[in-house]
Amino acid sequence: MAESEVTPVDGVAVEINGVEVIAHKGELLIDAAERTGTYIPRFCYHERMKPVGMCRMCLVEVDTGRGPALQPSCMIECTPGMKADTESAVTKKAQDGILEFLLANHPLDCPVCDKGGECPLQDQTMAYGPGESRFVEEKRHKEKPIPISDLVLLDRERCILCDRCTRFAKEVAGDPLIHFIHRGNNTEVNTFPDEPFASYFSGNTVQICPVGALTASTYRFKARPWDLETTESTCQTCSVGCRISIDSSRDQVQRFAGVDIDPVNWGWLCDKGRFSSQVVTSDARLSEPLVRDGSGLVAAKWSDALGRFASALDNASSAQSIGVIGGSRLTNEDAYAWSKLFKGVLATDNVDAQLGDGLPAHVVLGLPSATIDEVCAPGGTVLLLGPDVKEELPVLFLRLRHAVVEDRVTIVEVSPRSSGITSLAAASVHPRPGETADVVAALVGSSVMDREIAGVSAEELEQARGALSASTGPITVVLGRASLAESASITVAAASAILNARPDTTFLSALRRSNVRGALDMGLAPGLLPGRVTLEDGAEWYSEVWPATPSTTGLDTEGILRAAADGRIDVLVLLGADPLSDFPDADLAERGLTGARTVLAVDTALNSSSRRADVVLAAAGFAEKTGTTTNIEGRVSTLSHRVTPPGTSRADWMLAAEVSSRLGTDLGFENFADVLSEISAVAPAYLALDQAIAEGSPDGILLPLDVVVIIDEDDDDIVIVDETVTVSEDGAEVDVTADVVTEETDGDDVEGLIEIISDDSDVAGGLPPFVQFTPIAAIVSPPVDSYGFRLVASRKLYDQGTLVQSAPSLAPLAPGSTVSLNPWEFDRLGVASGGRAIVRTAKASVNVTVQSDPGVPRGVAAMVVNQADGRVSDLVSADELVAEVRIETAP
Amino acid sequence: MARLSNDNVELAREIIGNYPRPKSALIPLLHLAQEQDGHLTDEAMAHIGELVGVSSAEVLGTASFYEMFKMETVGRYMVNICTNISCQLRGGEELLAHAEKTLGIRPGQTTSDGLFTLEDVECIAACTEAPCLQVNYRYEHRISNEGFDQLVDDLRAGRRSDIPSHGVLAEVRQHIPEDRRAGVVTPEDKAAPVWIAAAGEGVK
Repeated sequence: MAESEVTPVDGVAVEINGVEVIAHKGELLIDAAERTGTYIPRFCYHERMKPVGMCRMCLVEVDTGRGPALQPSCMIECTPGMKADTESAVTKKAQDGILEFLLANHPLDCPVCDKGGECPLQDQTMAYGPGESRFVEEKRHKEKPIPISDLVLLDRERCILCDRCTRFAKEVAGDPLIHFIHRGNNTEVNTFPDEPFASYFSGNTVQICPVGALTASTYRFKARPWDLETTESTCQTCSVGCRISIDSSRDQVQRFAGVDIDPVNWGWLCDKGRFSSQVVTSDARLSEPLVRDGSGLVAAKWSDALGRFASALDNASSAQSIGVIGGSRLTNEDAYAWSKLFKGVLATDNVDAQLGDGLPAHVVLGLPSATIDEVCAPGGTVLLLGPDVKEELPVLFLRLRHAVVEDRVTIVEVSPRSSGITSLAAASVHPRPGETADVVAALVGSSVMDREIAGVSAEELEQARGALSASTGPITVVLGRASLAESASITVAAASAILNARPDTTFLSALRRSNVRGALDMGLAPGLLPGRVTLEDGAEWYSEVWPATPSTTGLDTEGILRAAADGRIDVLVLLGADPLSDFPDADLAERGLTGARTVLAVDTALNSSSRRADVVLAAAGFAEKTGTTTNIEGRVSTLSHRVTPPGTSRADWMLAAEVSSRLGTDLGFENFADVLSEISAVAPAYLALDQAIAEGSPDGILLPLDVVVIIDEDDDDIVIVDETVTVSEDGAEVDVTADVVTEETDGDDVEGLIEIISDDSDVAGGLPPFVQFTPIAAIVSPPVDSYGFRLVASRKLYDQGTLVQSAPSLAPLAPGSTVSLNPWEFDRLGVASGGRAIVRTAKASVNVTVQSDPGVPRGVAAMVVNQADGRVSDLVSADELVAEVRIETAP
Repeated sequence: MARLSNDNVELAREIIGNYPRPKSALIPLLHLAQEQDGHLTDEAMAHIGELVGVSSAEVLGTASFYEMFKMETVGRYMVNICTNISCQLRGGEELLAHAEKTLGIRPGQTTSDGLFTLEDVECIAACTEAPCLQVNYRYEHRISNEGFDQLVDDLRAGRRSDIPSHGVLAEVRQHIPEDRRAGVVTPEDKAAPVWIAAAGEGVK
């Protein structure tokens, strides 16, 4: 929202209720009034959408020099000298009249309406309404409620036709699947027959509906607003980090709603995030630890389970024989605690939070970073080099869509197939899988394209290159994995090429898993320690605060699984990970899980991998513990404890501390604050985080903070002076802060190194430097097999993952496994759309339904990851650069 | 009887070409679909949405705004009898009652042979010729009960070749030559109208 301070210089002076206020240039009267403390009632106006003046509730008496007249305050901009009276007799009479009209057909079934108690129509009728109606006529009757999608129901009698949901669908989501139908008194909101409002964002319409017309199937008749307890938190369904409110009643999570913060989600949520509220209360949740005995996994006492967990680790033959996979489900504090246990106590570096489906940590943490706001800055140019953001990071898609539609942002897409954003892109090229980096290198280059590269014609390349080189400033890149059948090294090579040609480029990593960024920041990756430092640079620093540090760089998930398959892993720990479903190469995951001597799991619910574990510790999940999380931008925001965890399950950091104490080392954590303050004092990129959180930061905290760090060389104490002090690197100004230092350190004479940690400063000396991106050279792609197809394995929002499948309302939305082919391929293969085909690689084949999709280039077979009935991960080999498949008709 | 026929798709593309933006061709295409099927089928509306690049819901939203687009099957002849003030004074209501009896249906219904749909309408702007009615929006003036029966007989016997079946707007379709089309220049690409520049000079 706009800041409340506006200088008269660039502002417009208007008079609202006799008081002069300064409005922004071009600010709507309704906004200026609200910002300065005068609320004007409204139904149709929503600050994140364009005004329509539909409901007339915001009529106020406005005098622009021609005498006072009623005008809708959501439709007029403030002009100098404008006088508005929101409380005059004329205004009051208008408000009375509008409400009387709006209620003429409204059923007034508030006692049985879910909205009752938090309903703008109810509240504003109480505050501004007439109290009585003169209408005696029969009200309109319609069938109700009618489902307009799998998740949303519509009650047309309650609807006041404010146009909010339909405007949202068209303007914000770009899915105009609901519309006003008919005319005049018969107008209603509806979908086209048999074409439901199947938008990934449909739940937002429920939230912004100012009456009870739109209700979510997950929340109908579940609670009353006055019974709800609400806490703000951060959505953990993907890593965009949308701010949400958690509503609970009777210690049960009832629903999530979007909270409007400027830098991230603007109040919107995707349906997966919104309706994942059902996951918290899922029957599948673990309420007690499990251990394996002769008959399988059985409930156990915590002391037994923790004892077996610890002794398995204790009995591992060496640090290298322990492997840890997963961690993106965790809070930062949980991740730090496990990191300290595995890296700082057990000294193993075989730790990886990603499951071969992300990018190497040095890429995520080391590339020059861009925030979502920077990517979406008006007039900018964005290179999309990654997954379909609509499927994987839906709210980022909304932000990008707004940037293109409203803010003249140019998007150039490089992806193996068309995606949800293709129609918005200025140019969209689809290189043959395996050769993406070659195309990217050509696009950022300066030579005119005169030949085709990787199946992309010279004209298409030139169009995309032109769009990129037309950018006057630096471009931003959204970087991720478009296809799990294509090696991550291709993405890294592409990033290297971009940085080489345009060194001022900044990157936003499009990783999907909830707190994967936080897990990497906390060192849950091989060769990394907490706070975005490498093992090499940080070993000395951490040797002061941790009992031990790993001696050599460890293995990533692929390496751990390979080592396990070869019998070199004694203990495989799964921190909320399900490699059998999520690792791109299912065969390797299977061999790894079988080969590991002992498998230990820590999770909120059992998954296909943890069912095979010897010990499963029951962890508290989302909404059940306090913590912090870090989103794709590196923005830390808080997670809140709203409900009691099921049974005796507990937060991961407690489990780590328990296991550690059984191994004879005290991690030093007795409560959540201990972990946070240790992170804030130790992890270089997270220094002073606890202070910033204590000061309150509704928008989250973008790390690293500008902090002044003083390291007293005598006893290695770190004193963090003040995260708000901005100091340049020139000597004189450091003196100024030294005064502050003296105060903070109780008059001690501070002898030591003074450092300024910030994005651009050169950190030297005691504090280890942040991890840097290591560019790689171009990759030679394998020759094309003209009889085969290059496989693309991408994600859909809804899949067979534990999260979606634990939410009854979302589980049926997973589309199922298909292979999408360009319609031109059908004749040559003899397959038909809707028929079955066998997709075959050297190691396996799957039988799936064929889909015709002109968005898939010729020579490409596009499949969806982790769907029922035919797993694409059976086809992929982790050691191949790109997967080549043959397709034949199923007998 | 579903999506637009191949011939009509051809025609649709020509119509779309007449406008700066495909979306502007929505209403003419709805008429085309109604001409093809006698009413608007869901499939045709969805097809039109694909052709002009809007969602089916938006097509339905526009189509359902207009009374003359019919979403349900109607008779080959849509008989609209005016009961507004002038016609009412000159026997419009009696004419409607007579029509109901003759056709055996109430307003809004269709005869079982699928030939006639009866509607009572508000003023159709022929007050000097009251009572009047329209068959497929073609006027019949100063019509008496006998005249109505005669009209129905003629229509049944196929003697009124001047009245095409419901949905046909005109029997001759206008074709705009390629070089006379407005559709080639989008409004954004066009120079500002001269009066804007003139007004600017005037301010000086």
